[in-house]
Amino acid sequence: MAETRYINGIQQALLEEMADDSTIRVMGEDVTFGGPFGATKGLVEAYGESRVINTPISEATIVGMAVGAAITGLRPVLEIMFVDFITLGMDQLVNHAAKLHYMTGGQLEVPLTIRATCGVGGGYGAHHSQSLEAWFSHVPGLKVVAPYTPADAKALLKSSIRDNNTVLFLEHRGLYWTRGEELAEHEQVALGEAVVRRAGKDITILGVSKMVGTALKAAEQLAEHGIEAEVIDPRTLAPLDLDTIVSSVKRTGHLVIAHEAVETGGIGAEIAARVQEAAFNELAAPVMRVGAPFSPVPTSIALEKEFVPGPEQVIEAVRRSIAYNRVA
Amino acid sequence: MLPKLSGEQVLEQLRLAIVIRRFEEELIKLAGSRDIGHFHVYIGQEMTGVPALYLLERGDLSFTTHRNHGHLLARGVPASQMYAEILGKETGMMGGRGGTLHLCSMEHGFPTTSSAVGGATPLATGAAFGFQRLGQDRVSVCLFGDGALEEGSWHESINIAAMEKLPVIYLCENNSLEALGQKAGEYPSSTLAAVDLIDLVTPFGVPTIQIDGCDAGAVHAAMGEALHRARSGGGATFIEARTVRWPGNRPIWPELSTGETNFAMAWDSSLVPTEYREWHAEQDAVLRFIREILAEGLIEPEAILAMDAEVSAEMKEAVEFALASNYPPAAAAMEKVLA
Ligand SMILES: Cc1ncc(C[n+]2csc(CCOP(=O)(O)OP(=O)(O)O)c2C)c(N)n1
Ligand SMILES: [Mg+2]
Repeated sequence: MAETRYINGIQQALLEEMADDSTIRVMGEDVTFGGPFGATKGLVEAYGESRVINTPISEATIVGMAVGAAITGLRPVLEIMFVDFITLGMDQLVNHAAKLHYMTGGQLEVPLTIRATCGVGGGYGAHHSQSLEAWFSHVPGLKVVAPYTPADAKALLKSSIRDNNTVLFLEHRGLYWTRGEELAEHEQVALGEAVVRRAGKDITILGVSKMVGTALKAAEQLAEHGIEAEVIDPRTLAPLDLDTIVSSVKRTGHLVIAHEAVETGGIGAEIAARVQEAAFNELAAPVMRVGAPFSPVPTSIALEKEFVPGPEQVIEAVRRSIAYNRVA
Repeated sequence: MLPKLSGEQVLEQLRLAIVIRRFEEELIKLAGSRDIGHFHVYIGQEMTGVPALYLLERGDLSFTTHRNHGHLLARGVPASQMYAEILGKETGMMGGRGGTLHLCSMEHGFPTTSSAVGGATPLATGAAFGFQRLGQDRVSVCLFGDGALEEGSWHESINIAAMEKLPVIYLCENNSLEALGQKAGEYPSSTLAAVDLIDLVTPFGVPTIQIDGCDAGAVHAAMGEALHRARSGGGATFIEARTVRWPGNRPIWPELSTGETNFAMAWDSSLVPTEYREWHAEQDAVLRFIREILAEGLIEPEAILAMDAEVSAEMKEAVEFALASNYPPAAAAMEKVLA
């Protein structure tokens, strides 16, 4: 199977979906130039400026405008350059995009996809490095997708665009140039389906976005010490595929959740709560979480390295879980 | 036109302009050899920042944006600390927590850099509100690019500043006259429909001044007028300083496409290369400033070269200082989250 890069998966999904559906409009700051990392390269050449639209630097309005366009029959794919700047558009996202279908008693649908770069890397600092998936997952009416592989980036972006709800599609900057197998022709991945990336019987590790890779690295090292970890990539955070996670935990009895977002109030807290409700008796230890410390993202490469949890922290959490003594 | 200042003060401004130019050139070179993240340089806009901020007094505050290096240098922040901060070293002004996109130095009147476009406008407005309500004779300066006018925060801020007659100066550095994507001759900015940026201000009744941002004298005069208005209770001013976008800023990642500046081009046109001829011969604001200074006979060309040599050596030393400095200890990432 041929290999491709994550960023090309995204670009391919946009090119292909636009060919199939004339209602799709790609919008955002500098999208006709490919955006800051090149994800929208080639679109304007293929589909022209009436379908690939550069917007002003006006996040509050372009989010709302995309919602307005979506309810009239277009299918906008909006790029927010850095997820940090979606904060400017939170009113339109949270109070409008997420609630219109419900508030109108189902009269309106908002088939909108918002793509945004997220994550730490390269010393971008506190305004260009956050992971805000937990905020979005907290809002009823939104779907939240965080792909890890190039094939998933492509497949899930296609599914997001075809979905009739507002989907936050979160692309970790540190994954853009990673390589992986190409998506097979006609292969689809539905929203809300987790995948087991590595099978194992001793412990379950769930990684979010780029942390799937960290979890896999940790699992390899653990295997050298006789611990077989199962690694789960939830792929979609809202709705969450709890069944896949719980059935794995019921087999292994242990769960470690790793994400790059601040640990406090992160999506790991929600997953941990749901898993303990569903599998309390099968758990041999409390669910352990690995996340960023409770501070803004520092800029210094030296501090950034410490800030993002690596395989060592995951392994450490695994060891704590396995060594945990449950008092009967 | 030169600023209406003493010869000594004009030469002090020249030195600051050369500091900024050499600082940025060294930084771009440094970025070629190591990953220092994303940054924006102030090349081409020196003659806006230097004369504008020269007039501030201790206690005044400037809120700045992603294209901030020149602003801080113009107010005397040491290059060594700036490089150290940009490289993420513990000797930087914020110990590596903020980096280029969040430079701050309260000692020099810079509370923060907001790298969210438009992020500083409400802050600067709020600082002016604070000064006014505390009865302090201080001025708040908001420095931003034309792009910030695309954000709602700017419109909301100037409305409040007008209603409350706040001591704030909105200094818009419009470097997008030839920006990427602009349909030539149609828009002053890449994604703004206003034909003239100051037209946006008129409905709010805030006085506007539109100037050539490469004309140090015009910047000086405009800023003088705005500061006088702010200090005398007359409220806000909006200044649009138009500069030509430096060719090295065309890509998102700066490149030294015009080479390291040879200041002798100011007086010896035979040195001007054919590549980027227009830039060197007409558009480069620092070269233009030097030509004006020489026409006034304030200094000899040799002395300018000597000044440049001194500044260049200082910049190299500052880079060495930053490179030799330590990275902060890991625990520093967790400090200062709450006061
Ligand atoms: C709220 C927000 N949206 C998008 C960005 C990404 N961004 C960084 S610089 C920039 C262009 C800014 O243009 P302008 O204000 O004219 O400044 P210039 O770079 O031209 O000096 C954009 C869109 C950002 N930093 N903040
Ligand atoms: Mg600009």
